Amino acid sequence: MDLNFTPEERAFREEARRFFRTEVPEKIRRKVEEGHHLSKEDIVTSQRILNARGWAVPAWPREWGGQDWSPAQMYLYQDEMQQANVPSPLPFNVSMVGPVIAEFANEEQKRRFLPATANLDIWWCQGFSEPGAGSDLASLRTSARRVGDKYIVNGQKTWTTLAQHADWIFNLVRTDPSAKKQEGISFLLIDMKTHGIKVRPIQTIDGGHEVNEVFFDDVEVPAENLVGEENKGWDYAKFLLGHERTGIARVGISKARIKRIKELAALERIGGRPLIEDQHFREKLAAVEIELKALEMTQLRVVADERKRERGKPNPASSILKLKGSVIQQLTTELLMEVVGPHAMPYQPSEEGRNEPIIGPEYATEAAPTYFNYRKVSIYGGSNEIQRNIVAKAILGL
Amino acid sequence: MDFDLTDEQRLLKDSVDRLITERYDFESRNKYRAEPEGWSRALWEQYAELGLLGLPFPESYGGFGGGPVETMIVMEAFGRGLAVEPYFATVVLGGGLIHQAGSEEQKSALLPQIASGEALLAFAHVERQSRYDLANVTTRAHRADGGWRINGEKSIVLHGDVADQLIVSARTSGSPSDRAGIGLFLVDAKDVTRRGYPLQDGLRAAEVKLDDARAEPLSNPEGALSVAEQVVDAAIGALCAEAVGVMQSMHELTLDYLKTRRQFGRPIGDFQALQHRAVDMYVALEQARSMALFATMMAAEEDPAERRRAITAAKAQIGRSGRHIGQEAIQLHGGIGMTMEYKVGHAFKRMTMIDIMFGDAGAHTEELARLGGLFGT
Ligand SMILES: Cc1cc2nc3c(=O)[nH]c(=O)nc-3n(C[C@H](O)[C@H](O)[C@H](O)COP(=O)(O)OP(=O)(O)OC[C@H]3O[C@@H](n4cnc5c(N)ncnc54)[C@H](O)[C@@H]3O)c2cc1C
Repeated sequence: MDLNFTPEERAFREEARRFFRTEVPEKIRRKVEEGHHLSKEDIVTSQRILNARGWAVPAWPREWGGQDWSPAQMYLYQDEMQQANVPSPLPFNVSMVGPVIAEFANEEQKRRFLPATANLDIWWCQGFSEPGAGSDLASLRTSARRVGDKYIVNGQKTWTTLAQHADWIFNLVRTDPSAKKQEGISFLLIDMKTHGIKVRPIQTIDGGHEVNEVFFDDVEVPAENLVGEENKGWDYAKFLLGHERTGIARVGISKARIKRIKELAALERIGGRPLIEDQHFREKLAAVEIELKALEMTQLRVVADERKRERGKPNPASSILKLKGSVIQQLTTELLMEVVGPHAMPYQPSEEGRNEPIIGPEYATEAAPTYFNYRKVSIYGGSNEIQRNIVAKAILGL
Repeated sequence: MDFDLTDEQRLLKDSVDRLITERYDFESRNKYRAEPEGWSRALWEQYAELGLLGLPFPESYGGFGGGPVETMIVMEAFGRGLAVEPYFATVVLGGGLIHQAGSEEQKSALLPQIASGEALLAFAHVERQSRYDLANVTTRAHRADGGWRINGEKSIVLHGDVADQLIVSARTSGSPSDRAGIGLFLVDAKDVTRRGYPLQDGLRAAEVKLDDARAEPLSNPEGALSVAEQVVDAAIGALCAEAVGVMQSMHELTLDYLKTRRQFGRPIGDFQALQHRAVDMYVALEQARSMALFATMMAAEEDPAERRRAITAAKAQIGRSGRHIGQEAIQLHGGIGMTMEYKVGHAFKRMTMIDIMFGDAGAHTEELARLGGLFGT
């Protein structure tokens, strides 16, 4: 056992730090730091800069742009990226549909989709959840009926993140209504411009437009857009959900927020002194930092273990990362609320070209929306209750 | 000690509860919020007719002579409906300040107008640097041609966008944070510059600029802090009651959802893991309700130190329970909890703002610790 990074790994960290902080535009990173919504263009710009260096999809197979990095390198890459407030490459592309296509699609599909997916020439959204199928995803009902060389898709998806920007959607659809729940599902790629698709925005409690409903009304999809085999979609979905789970702790993002909390707590004064000098506040912050360090070490252990496991088999320990990681992220947003105090109250959605002056200090405007918005991180991607169920069964054998 | 309501209190409770049930469903609330001022003038008139706007004032000023319990009853009902009218700003804070600090003449002039619904008030006390400290005041008042003038800026003045009169805390002597040298002044809204905007929870506020604004002192212009604190403490008690209504609403919505939402072929309320969570929310709600009662009981306590300890403890409990219940309510709703299209998220946001107003749970816990706690002293 050697718990220290090697000189090579340390050099890699330096390289990553320099790259993220010099190549990705300051303007975009500042938006991330301050908690503002990113435009589509921001996300695309940033991912293309990464992709130009081969750093958008390091975990993919080498022939499709992957890097064959060691677990330590993967970790350092993510940590440096998040601490530099670089937007994560679009997860739907990079950690979801990309790996599925690389693993299960045919050559033709790989050539057609993978390079464009890595470069964000295609923006993907994830069509899994439905009104009646959330945690119980396998009960989904959106149907795809095979007619000649087409599928006819009918139904509804919901909570579809950033569908308003999406060019394509990867959908779980029911192709065999008579089979057992998990066995009649297929993985279908659908062009969002196809006739019969409607997207309706859902406003979230922070006031943002991040999720949508997507309706399918007799949508014709070429059969060649099926990934892998018909009725094997559940296996691919499980592979997808198990892939690249180590990033979900989002340790670097919490580190960046703690840094910001400290900076802002130096600006806010309480009882004539900067808040950061308030012992009680410092103890609360320190308690979160301890939890975060423990999580980081846990993440490193899970990452190191990844290598020894069968590819695509999800490691149930990654549930710990999701559980703790989400709670810590939420705690940091609460601390930020505490820092700005009453300045969190005015509702001032960030708008490009706003001409009214900001009410209160500019740094306070996103505190409450971020706190509200981050309630999502313990709900999506398998809720924290579902993660506990997984740990109870798969690790504890209960 | 008697926790039962009197017959009159029960009548009051029945009528406000009915009003909220009939007029304050979620869709109606959205309509009120969409009105030009962000709330309903029509309902305001109805509140006046029901006597709610004059509830805490003596009958000699057109009121109904109610006390903290009556205010608690009304605020709790408003909390359940997430009411957006300026009741707290006008009646509880504004009316409370006039009632406790105003001269005979001021009371006779203003309280009947509040009771009839003609006058709206707001309390302008927050400043950019003040956080939760009522004594942290840099806005200045000075004498000029036989009267007073005020210069300064007030921030996040709850319902300051619609108020006809503002009650402004301003310094007549001393330096920021001195307890002495703070006055409360009545300022006509026409004499200030203000900018209205929505708050996170859908209520509204204003930034207020006073530029040699004409002002009329309430009580002693040199030493009004303690009366301001007395009124604010009582108002925090009222806010605690509102919070209980908000929490109860979130808990009920969650229970309904657990019973109706089906996943894995059964209502999610069948899962014991979720049952226990609903129970913990219930415990937090009852703890909050108890402390809101404690605050109501102590709102008129004459010993200011005793009163402050009680109020501070209650506000801390309310903040903590509210955060717990709010976060759990969202979590147990899953995705639905995250949308503006459903009431629970709005309740969560209202609760979050109540926690911040006059100091969050952390600030009050710290204050209570400084004051020596509640027991064994
Ligand atoms: C902001 C946001 C973005 C999202 N983006 C996407 C997206 O892009 N694509 C997509 O397909 N989906 C997306 N989702 C959907 C997300 O995956 C679901 O919300 C999630 O799976 C939970 O489903 P649900 O909302 O239907 O809640 P439900 O499954 O109805 O759960 C309600 C509550 O019951 C609990 N529960 C359910 N089953 C059990 C059980 N067996 N034991 C204990 N507790 C249980 C849950 O944990 C939750 O607390 C997004 C959601 C959000 C909030």
